[in-house]
Amino acid sequence: MAEIVSLAEAVERAIADGDTVAMEGFTHLIPFAAGHEVIRQRRRDLTLIRMTPDLIYDQLIGAGCARKLVFSWGGNPGVGSLHRFRDAVEHGWPVPLEIEEHSHAGMANRYVAGASGLPFAVLRGYNGTGLETLSGAPGTTPTIKPISCPFTGEKLTAVSALRPDVAVIHAQRADRSGNVQLWGITGVQKEAVLASRRSVITVEEIVDELDPRPGAVVLPGWMVTFVAQAPNGAHPSYALGYSIRDNDYYIAWDAIARDRDSFTRWLDEQVYGVTAGQ
Amino acid sequence: MTSVEQASTGEATYTSDEMMTVSAARALRDGMTCFVGIGLPSAAANLARATHAPSLVLIYESGTLGAKPGRLPLSIGDGMLAETADAVVSVPEIFNYWLQPGRIDVGFLGAAQIDRFGNINTTVVGGDYHHPKVRLPGAGGAPEIAASCREVIVVIRQSHRSFVERADFITSVGYGSGPGDRERLGLTGAGPQKIITDLGVLEPDPETLEFTMTGFYPGVSAAAAKERTGWDLAIAADPEIIAAPTPGELSALRAFRGK
Repeated sequence: MAEIVSLAEAVERAIADGDTVAMEGFTHLIPFAAGHEVIRQRRRDLTLIRMTPDLIYDQLIGAGCARKLVFSWGGNPGVGSLHRFRDAVEHGWPVPLEIEEHSHAGMANRYVAGASGLPFAVLRGYNGTGLETLSGAPGTTPTIKPISCPFTGEKLTAVSALRPDVAVIHAQRADRSGNVQLWGITGVQKEAVLASRRSVITVEEIVDELDPRPGAVVLPGWMVTFVAQAPNGAHPSYALGYSIRDNDYYIAWDAIARDRDSFTRWLDEQVYGVTAGQ
Repeated sequence: MTSVEQASTGEATYTSDEMMTVSAARALRDGMTCFVGIGLPSAAANLARATHAPSLVLIYESGTLGAKPGRLPLSIGDGMLAETADAVVSVPEIFNYWLQPGRIDVGFLGAAQIDRFGNINTTVVGGDYHHPKVRLPGAGGAPEIAASCREVIVVIRQSHRSFVERADFITSVGYGSGPGDRERLGLTGAGPQKIITDLGVLEPDPETLEFTMTGFYPGVSAAAAKERTGWDLAIAADPEIIAAPTPGELSALRAFRGK
């Protein structure tokens, strides 16, 4: 049964150095407040999984929290590069970053396999791409392999399941039993939580009763580990019905992240210099 | 849009990027279903819907089917895409149920590099994979969009850096190394039918599948196109001169951007 705790306590108890952590939210409902708390608690050697690393992983990578990144699209949407991610890949700053790269369809199916308790998923994808060739290169574990349909013989692709230690997501609401409700663009969060051993879910508000919303995903409290209230915890992403995407922030991030000094100043002032929930 | 190049047609002055976006929009027919990539393709698809193709169905990989944004979204997950969509589905569903079975007419993609067979690189440029000169964002939805949409249209600015003899990395497959490769790889869609650039339009040669310049914008010469292509670019025998943007197209495009 979910425990309702502070964000600091949830991160403290759920995420350890060296863990594999999936912070999901497809443009919408990105768990920034939780990501900042992970930076503040100075977690190290994390394997970070996320389809679209976005600013949240640019920040975690730049702060030196990550050893490895598993992803499918690493850009600042509509703006350009993630400069901290690029600096880590191209120059090993602040620490070298191993990468494992997929397509969106491949990552989505890897989460589905994890959520389903299966070792792999099957899709029609990757054939002829460099991604297929890269997987299983010397020193890496293969995560993409060809497979034949046992019924028709069609050549398909298998991708290995994702089984993170922890899923971290942001949602609109939870009730006092820790049942969580999210709606709008729901991305791959349900699969990420079901694929993971533990979960940390931040919410805009905790309410007495979750009245129905069209298209909502409900995660029952009995399969959620921690719920923490974090109003505006998706900023500069957004929570439909509560906030709008802060596109100006995404644009401004380009200049902040481009330079190591300005990024370090941002980190000191906006993350280390504040306390969760303030 | 950063292009400062201007062209004049007497009535209207427009940039080469505006010409490219208008040209790309015209490639979309009304009533089509279109899987939209972010950036140049998104601008063109939204322009098409605002002008000649009001029933164009815009599909974004965030899971929004039939989005009708009133201004240009910065990201593929802006709130207005969900609020105006006919349906919002999860990310596994958009790829598995909607894209993979071949339900979508056209995939509309951007690229950093493209080669003579329409193979796309959005992963790394220069060096080797583990020590690239430039680390690009990566694949996103593009490999499966390029594989499974009934056809693909690519929108990309034409230059020696982007139009390369051989892509540094194949993120999304066009025609591979030539005829027969898509069938051999089991790619179900027909592959890239057009590359739309800031100089004109390229289409695959019916026999060799090599991309050939088949149309030019007003005032663009074959020599200029060859100069800005990294392979020995073939020019169609009788290339089309593509009409300049109409005042209606330009005002619709600028209205979108201004919002």
